[in-house]
Order: sequence, then C-alpha cells, then structure tokens
Amino acid sequence: MQDFAEAFRLAFTLVLSGDPDLLEIIGLSLRVSLSAMLISCAFGLAIGATVAVLRFPGRGAVIVLMNSLMGLPPVVVGLVVYLMLSNAGPLGFLQLLYTPTAMIIAQSVLITPIIAALSRQVLEDLYSEYAEQFRSLCVPTHTAIGALLWDARYSLLTVALAGFGRAVAEVGAVIIVGGNIAHLTRVMTTAIALETSKGDLALAMALGMVLLTIAILVNASVMALRSTAARHAYA
Amino acid sequence: MLDAVDRTTAGERIIASKAAPRGLLPMEARGLTLAISGKRLVDAVDLDLNANSITMIMGPNGAGKSLLIRLLHGMITPTSGSITWSGEQLNEGMRRRQAMVFQRPVLLRRSVAANVDFVLSLRGPTDKAKRDHILEHVGLLEHAKQPARLLSGGEQQRLALARALALEPDVLFLDEPTASLDPASVLRIEQIVSSAHASGTKIIFITHDFGQAKRLAGDIVLMHRGGVLEHTPAEKFFEKPQTAKGADFLAGRIVL
Repeated sequence: MQDFAEAFRLAFTLVLSGDPDLLEIIGLSLRVSLSAMLISCAFGLAIGATVAVLRFPGRGAVIVLMNSLMGLPPVVVGLVVYLMLSNAGPLGFLQLLYTPTAMIIAQSVLITPIIAALSRQVLEDLYSEYAEQFRSLCVPTHTAIGALLWDARYSLLTVALAGFGRAVAEVGAVIIVGGNIAHLTRVMTTAIALETSKGDLALAMALGMVLLTIAILVNASVMALRSTAARHAYA
Repeated sequence: MLDAVDRTTAGERIIASKAAPRGLLPMEARGLTLAISGKRLVDAVDLDLNANSITMIMGPNGAGKSLLIRLLHGMITPTSGSITWSGEQLNEGMRRRQAMVFQRPVLLRRSVAANVDFVLSLRGPTDKAKRDHILEHVGLLEHAKQPARLLSGGEQQRLALARALALEPDVLFLDEPTASLDPASVLRIEQIVSSAHASGTKIIFITHDFGQAKRLAGDIVLMHRGGVLEHTPAEKFFEKPQTAKGADFLAGRIVL
C-alpha cells in the first residue's frame, strides 16, 4: 500500500501535469453540478419567492416541508430517480439512466429544496422590510417578486453556491443513477469512492484535492461577494 | 419656500390654497373602527377632510394616528366603518392616486436613481428626465448613482419623499417623516412638503412637533385612545383647543 506522502506526491503530479482522465472527470463534475445548480435555481428561487410573498392556507406546512426536504438523503433521491428513469419506470422511455442527464436530474432534485428553503428565508426577511412600502405603492405580486429577487441577488448567489457545493460533493445519488461509468458518468466523488476501494490513493487524493480547492473557491467567492455587497450597502 | 410659508397664517393658507385640489377630496370616514384581539385601536372615528390644507394628525403615542392614516390609505382593512374619497368607496384606483412616506424610510437596495425609477415604472415607462427633475427638486441629483442606503438619514427621507412625489399623488400621507432628523433636514423636508402642497397635493401629516404643526398645519386632528378628540383649524387649536384633553396635550401635561 502506498504511504500517505507518496499518495500526495503522485496526486500533485497528476494535477500539475493536467492528466487527461483527471481533467475529464473534473470537467464532467463541474458540468453536471453547474447544470443542476442552474435548474434548481430556476425552480427553487421561483418556489422560494412565491412562498415568501404569498399568504395562503397551509403556508406554514409548506415551509416545514421545504425545510425538511433540505435534509433529503442522496441515496434515497438516487433510488427514486433510478426508479423513475429505469425501463420499468414512468420515464423509462427517455432512456436517460446511466447518462450525465440522469445525474443532473438527481442532483437537481437533491438541491432544489435547499435553494427553495434558503431563498424563501432570505426573500421573506427582505419582504418584511419592503412589505408596507409595497402595499402603499400597490405593487403587483409579480413585480414585488422581481424586485425582491433583484435586491437580494447577492444573498441569493450565496444560496446558489451553497446548492452547488452540496451537488458537487454528493456521491450517493449520482452513483446510483450514473453508474460511475468511465469516460461517461464518472465524476469526482464517484471516482474517489472507486479509486479508494481499488487502492489507487493517488488519483483519489488528486480528485479530493481538486474537490477541496473547488469548495474553498466557492466559499471564497461567497465571502468576496458578500463583502462587496456590504461595502456598497446593497446587502 | 419655508420663509414664504412662515409669513402666512395657517388660516390664510387654507383659504389661499394655491392650486386646485386634484380630485380625491372630500374624504369622509364614518364609524371607522379597527379592532385587533378585541381591542379597539381605532374607535368609531368620524372624520371629514374637505380643504386642500395640510392636515396634521397629533396625539400621544398609541393614540392610533399611524393606524388611522393606514386605514385612510387602504393599507389595512377596517373592522367596521366606511371611507369614501370624492363620494366613492376607497378602491385600488384611488389608492394609486395616493402615496405614503414612513417614519423610517424603506429604500430599495439600489441606487438613488433606481429607487425613483422603480416607482415610475409602476405607473408607466421610466422617464429619466422626470426622475432627474424630481431628484433635483429634493436636492439629490448629485447623489443619483450612489447606493440609497449610504445616504444620511435626512437624505434618505428626502429620497422617500421624492419617490412618493414621483407618483404625482393627489394625497400624500406622511407618518412622522421628520422624527429623529436634525433641524436642517427637518427644514428641507418641510420645504418639499410645502412645495407639494402648493402644487395641489393634499397632505396628511403625523407629527409630535408643535413647532412644525404651527409652521405647516392648516387643520389639526387630535387623537386620543383611538378616537378623534377634535378636528380644528390650526390657529384655533393653538389659541384655544376645543377640549380639555386638547388643552392638556398642548400644555405638555401627560394625556392618558
């Protein structure tokens, strides 16, 4: 078994040499998770904004449900999406199982509740500030939602990046619906799991380093955005 | 502007109200009541506003002043009673011809100009020339590109006023807009309000400041415990209030 230092050395070599397999895995990971994030933002922000602004019977229960779904177990999401996309499932005719699209769907299902619940809280806080002024101005609901989404954009970017972070680090769902097929559906997390089980710690370590770097970059971006917003008093 | 206002008496200002009212007056409130959890916060208020004067609403804290103007503006629905403007029940169309400025200005997280653009966009296409004219009128044109939330308290309140005036309202409600502002800022706000009134806007203004009421008011509505104690021309009110509680209020005695 390779020792830890050797694994690190090999990992650095792989990253610095721009190993094509490594780059392919990283590229697919980013494509899948960014796509999932964009799809989830489209649905999640719309749901979050609507629940933040509208008052309707059962709203409290909807909020409880949204908050609860933030903790969806990835393997359960993977299993449900698998059942939907398998040949026997209702969406089997689409033949999406074991494709990057299936992984995007699974990650979208996983992080949409996160984006919806977090954005609902952000937008509701802002709406409580604006509500009286909006009522006075007779602002239509769709205009109010648009204004809230725009004015909370820096905070919502943080929410989107939180969703991305969750998606890119997730392994349970994508391994079920993607199958971890080399050169087709292998992403960083599934590759790490596989390489670790095979004992190829260098590649696993290299992927782990890239994953950590992405996590750090995401967090740094969030901090930079928030401090920029605060500096300009928009946040 | 304010000097000119100061040289006239309140009564003269009512009579010589410079521009014709813009059409929502008279306002009639009958039996206006707002009860929350069984407590009558606004209690059977009858109120007529006919003249296009500056109406000052005064009274101790908790008297129901802010709730009354929110009811008159249609922001909250009364438990019972009726409100008519120009003989018709208050409706959405009328509400769009009114505007309100709050004690604590609620500014969008945008630039000064974008705050005005937002309200202009609610009534039609954004008109940059109109926006710049309004900002110039309130002395904020040079701050147009600044984030609104970086303005001083007085400037923020002037921006809130500019936003309200951008709607060219027939009626402007002001809920203690000068509370916690320095004297210079108060003066600027009073100048803008006087100017709006001069152009025909009905002003309904809540204040605790007797000096401000004397400077601006045409008539005074004195509230106490959710009801209207008296509605009197300002000069008369400050000379001789119609009620004992009014006299106590003016004398600075605690009115409970």
